[in-house]
Amino acid sequence: MGQQEMRKLTYRDAVREGLREALQKDERVFLMGEDVGRYGGCFAASKDLLEEFGPERIRDTPLSESTFTGAGIGAALGGMRPIVEIMTVNFSLLALDQIMNNAATYLHMSGGLFNVPLVIRMATGGGKQLAAQHSHSLEGWYAHIPGIKVLCPATLEDARGMLWSALLDPDPVLIFEPAVLYPMEGELAVDAGAVEIGKAKLLREGKDLSLISYGSCLHKSLEAAAILAEEGIETDVIDLRTLRPLDEKSFLASVAKTHRALIVDEGWRSGSISAEISARIMEQAFYQLDAPVERICSAEVPMPYAKHMEEAALPQVVSIVETARRMVHG
Amino acid sequence: MTIASSVSGQPLVDQEHSLHLLHRMLRIRRFEEKSAELYSAMKIRGFLHLYIGEEAVAVGVAEALTADDAVVATYREHGHAMVRGMSMAEIMAEMYGKVGGCSRGRGGSMHLFDAERRLYGGNAIVGGGLPVAVGLALADRLQKKNRVTCCCFGEGAVAEGEFHESMNLAALWQLPVLFVCENNLYAMGTALQLSESVIDLPRKAAAYAVPTATVDGMDVIAVAEAARKASDTVRETGGPFFLECRTYRFRPHSMFDPEFYRSKQEVEGWKQRCPILSLSNRLKERGWLDESALEQLEAEIATEIAEAVDFAEQSAWESVEDLTRFVYSESGVN
Ligand SMILES: Cc1ncc(C[n+]2csc(CCOP(=O)(O)OP(=O)(O)O)c2C)c(N)n1
Repeated sequence: MGQQEMRKLTYRDAVREGLREALQKDERVFLMGEDVGRYGGCFAASKDLLEEFGPERIRDTPLSESTFTGAGIGAALGGMRPIVEIMTVNFSLLALDQIMNNAATYLHMSGGLFNVPLVIRMATGGGKQLAAQHSHSLEGWYAHIPGIKVLCPATLEDARGMLWSALLDPDPVLIFEPAVLYPMEGELAVDAGAVEIGKAKLLREGKDLSLISYGSCLHKSLEAAAILAEEGIETDVIDLRTLRPLDEKSFLASVAKTHRALIVDEGWRSGSISAEISARIMEQAFYQLDAPVERICSAEVPMPYAKHMEEAALPQVVSIVETARRMVHG
Repeated sequence: MTIASSVSGQPLVDQEHSLHLLHRMLRIRRFEEKSAELYSAMKIRGFLHLYIGEEAVAVGVAEALTADDAVVATYREHGHAMVRGMSMAEIMAEMYGKVGGCSRGRGGSMHLFDAERRLYGGNAIVGGGLPVAVGLALADRLQKKNRVTCCCFGEGAVAEGEFHESMNLAALWQLPVLFVCENNLYAMGTALQLSESVIDLPRKAAAYAVPTATVDGMDVIAVAEAARKASDTVRETGGPFFLECRTYRFRPHSMFDPEFYRSKQEVEGWKQRCPILSLSNRLKERGWLDESALEQLEAEIATEIAEAVDFAEQSAWESVEDLTRFVYSESGVN
């Protein structure tokens, strides 16, 4: 790899650059959602876009999640390339009917006549002491639905580059942005652009254990991997990036090498994406395993407000390290 | 069916009652000012939505409710909790995340609950409380209990389908809900006229044959009077009522908000109409309040707040071992 010119920015900036690029490149692209315009986005991800692109393309909507999501579906059917922003996954539940009964089914129930090229973005996850109604991590749950694709950018590169690829996709794509990552700072190549979707990425290589994760838990996994490395435990760290379709080749290849898999997922354990990954490893790599697949997920409780309780409910670096240690050393 | 009325500029008739209303508003104001301070000191975390500027609504409406009535509120509910009779201490401890809080520290600022006083939250999903209020009223109807369920929500909720579905159902089934719309003109950063094709909100309720009224939400006496009439109607007819209170929040939506969407002059203009300031001025003009009485009131409230903070500081953290409690009921039977 040649020397790339890099610059500093936040995850939030990266999302905004992705939005800007999409709006510049394709006249059919427009953004709509609550407070995306004058307010600049509830996480400031669309700050200044109203000034640059005007109110026709940066559309503030009323508090009507079901209808503006449905309108996004209609606009996509009608020839536009809408980006619908739902502030957070918590409020997407009001639009679930449109997402599941319309966006995900149109192509199939029309026998292939009508595809829905729609992108829906939303923030996800806990960790900000916002309690039970504002801390859901439901991306794994959305990944249950055939007909939509589910992306979860955890890095600046993906926050910047997944949107354009999602817009090129002929079908509905949901992009989940972990809310705790918006202020994350990092470096990105000056010429960063679209990135491939549908593929996982190996972010760290090791022979002893596969850490499989995505979203905000990816960073906890990387942190854990660094601690484990100091103790001589070498881990593969896989960023799933796309939860549907799941890139099973990536983690099966890793497990074939390490023979041990630990999945870290902020979703609740029962019926989670981690359960799906575990099942696939069991189905397709059972004889390669030296230990049972393990999972670190959120405790099965609506999110409590108090900090110490929320921390106890969410996956943490210490528990990843301890579990990995036990899995490798017994 | 529709009773269209508009109430404002009520005369002061009763010294004791007026002072009581002033006291209640001032308690909320000072408590929340302290809360903002404690947020900056990182004692309170998460979201903190202040009611500062809107106190006349909760205080006025409370005058029309009995201890037996129910209240469903939003995440901007400290004032409603306080006028319902909850102590500053249990609210403060809740915001600290302590086990002594009204919801054991599980809910925080947005989720204040009180079973005895029939406060059913503290709902943080816009519009989420309206159907619940309809259901509470349905339970009363089915059990032949002559009670009112008061449902408070911001004007932003009017855009949600749940608002319309709730109006329709409450009217269709004639359920005793007092819908109180706290119209502070902005839903986060979105001004009412930019989110509603018709900004005359009572017309929406009227379209479902729900009787309505609009009141100056900066005038506590007017709110109390309008709420009394509205709740009387609910009690008499057994059906719903929609009361719009025109008010304004002086502070940002939550603790972080660059306020690009409104001008400083606009905010200053509304501050001139501060419900506390205007009532205390009127009381002074009338000779019913002087500086020393006001100082005494302030001192009492300051003591109460200091004790609440003390209680919150002293209260314990819930044991982490209890993390998965309250997912299902512990008794196992109903
Ligand atoms: C269904 C839903 N969508 C979005 C949000 C995010 N949100 C929280 S408060 C708010 C504004 C609500 O305004 P309004 O109903 O007028 O009440 P106010 O905050 O002014 O008291 C928004 C958009 C939410 N909590 N719930």
